Amino acid sequence: MRKATFKIWRGNSEGGEFKSYDADIQPGMVVLDAVLQIQGEQAGDLACRWNCRAGKCGSCSAEINGKPKLMCMTRMNTLPENEPITVEPMKAFPLKKDLVTDVSWNYEVKKKIKKFKPRAPDAEDGTWRMSQGDVDRVQEFRKCIECFLCQDVCHVLRDHHKHEEFIGPRFLVYAAALEMHPLDTENRLGDLKDESNIGYCNITKCCTKVCPESITITDNAIIPLKERVVDEFYDPLTKLVKILRRK
Amino acid sequence: MATTSLPIRRSFGETLRRDLWWLPGVLTFIGLGAFVVYSTWAAFQGEHYAFGNYLSPFYSPEIFGDSPHAMFGAKPAWIPAWVPFSPALLILWAPGGFRFTCYYYRGAYYKAFWADPPACAVGEPRDSYWGERKFPLILQNVHRYFLYLALVFLIFLAHDAWKGFWFADGFGVGVGSIVLAANVFFLAAYTFGCHSLRHVVGGKCDELADKPVRCAAYKACTSLNVKHMLFAWCSLFVVGFSDLYVRMLSMGIWSDWRIF
Repeated sequence: MRKATFKIWRGNSEGGEFKSYDADIQPGMVVLDAVLQIQGEQAGDLACRWNCRAGKCGSCSAEINGKPKLMCMTRMNTLPENEPITVEPMKAFPLKKDLVTDVSWNYEVKKKIKKFKPRAPDAEDGTWRMSQGDVDRVQEFRKCIECFLCQDVCHVLRDHHKHEEFIGPRFLVYAAALEMHPLDTENRLGDLKDESNIGYCNITKCCTKVCPESITITDNAIIPLKERVVDEFYDPLTKLVKILRRK
Repeated sequence: MATTSLPIRRSFGETLRRDLWWLPGVLTFIGLGAFVVYSTWAAFQGEHYAFGNYLSPFYSPEIFGDSPHAMFGAKPAWIPAWVPFSPALLILWAPGGFRFTCYYYRGAYYKAFWADPPACAVGEPRDSYWGERKFPLILQNVHRYFLYLALVFLIFLAHDAWKGFWFADGFGVGVGSIVLAANVFFLAAYTFGCHSLRHVVGGKCDELADKPVRCAAYKACTSLNVKHMLFAWCSLFVVGFSDLYVRMLSMGIWSDWRIF
């Protein structure tokens, strides 16, 4: 059994500091195991959100050695052994206490996105017919566990605090899942351009890199949405073709 | 909406990351910077861009020029003498614009040249941020028009590569023939994997199953798009090397090895 030193952020929105703790490391342990060990044995008042311990609930998002990650999916043997491991809360959201942030802003943003509006049923029994291939494209987006690591790493939110203007990668993925759905008839492109400000995204792909579900956020969701916005608002040739087709 | 305040912004370069987060940015800065410097220098030379049946891709198509590859002869008299002239200056803006507005390169040079951000989860140097929603970066939306031009350029470059196999004594293969063919291969792999092309051929449709041609094109674009970064760098290197190779041959510094 080896020991590892953890530097865990302790504090609230008023301020705080990193405090050092030692934890006993067993083979197969993840960072969350060590944090819960520290909470159980040394720091009973350490605030830490967790639930499934299987990378599916998205609760234990934090920054480990400066990188946004799920604590339950970060194995100890992937971290350097000889130096302290830093664990701090996400930086794009207001801090409640220690490792717990207030992510409620995300739920408010989600409410503003136009809901799924299917076309009239294809059959008399009220059902629809879709090709599996067409559904597969949006299926990727439904893997999202709403851990908000993509929101955390997005520099538009993290560094520029554009929460009032920009919905962030998580909700661009959500909008893509609706907008690209074969049954959906709603048009969200105006909102994406003016309300969600998709133009703030400058394609750093940081969101894709941190996604624990390996959703190709930038290439498969954000850029396709940007292209659809170009179709609708910036491309005179596409506009002309659309007008001619309507006639 | 949350009422508590957001964490204080980190200062430029501030991070707790322990990995070599600065390395990709530095490599991008060196790679793109070197290419921009070399290609600008090469474009202004106006000479040593052709050697026999080989034509540098920086000068293709040669609309006006002194080489036998020129489509419409020498520099026309209506271009004033005081205007810097080189056949490359007439055309290089199009492939340059295609790369400049490319989604991959945008993300790469925003980080490497503008530190916006320097790397993921690393503090930035500026408070203000406009993104691509205002002038000038809103002009990046012109990318698909540069794509259309790039597709036309590919036809010219493929023709040049084909001519690269035809020497004075008939069909043959020289190292230059392979270099120019490799240039077309990598440029095609880069261009056909373009995000805008992927959108135009099928990505814009919510239902592709009933459109077999679009569906096949979308799948082909997607398979190349997955490796867009790789092809962006390979094609950048090979197009620069192709010019260098032809230039060295023309200057008599290298000789072309005729394989058969």
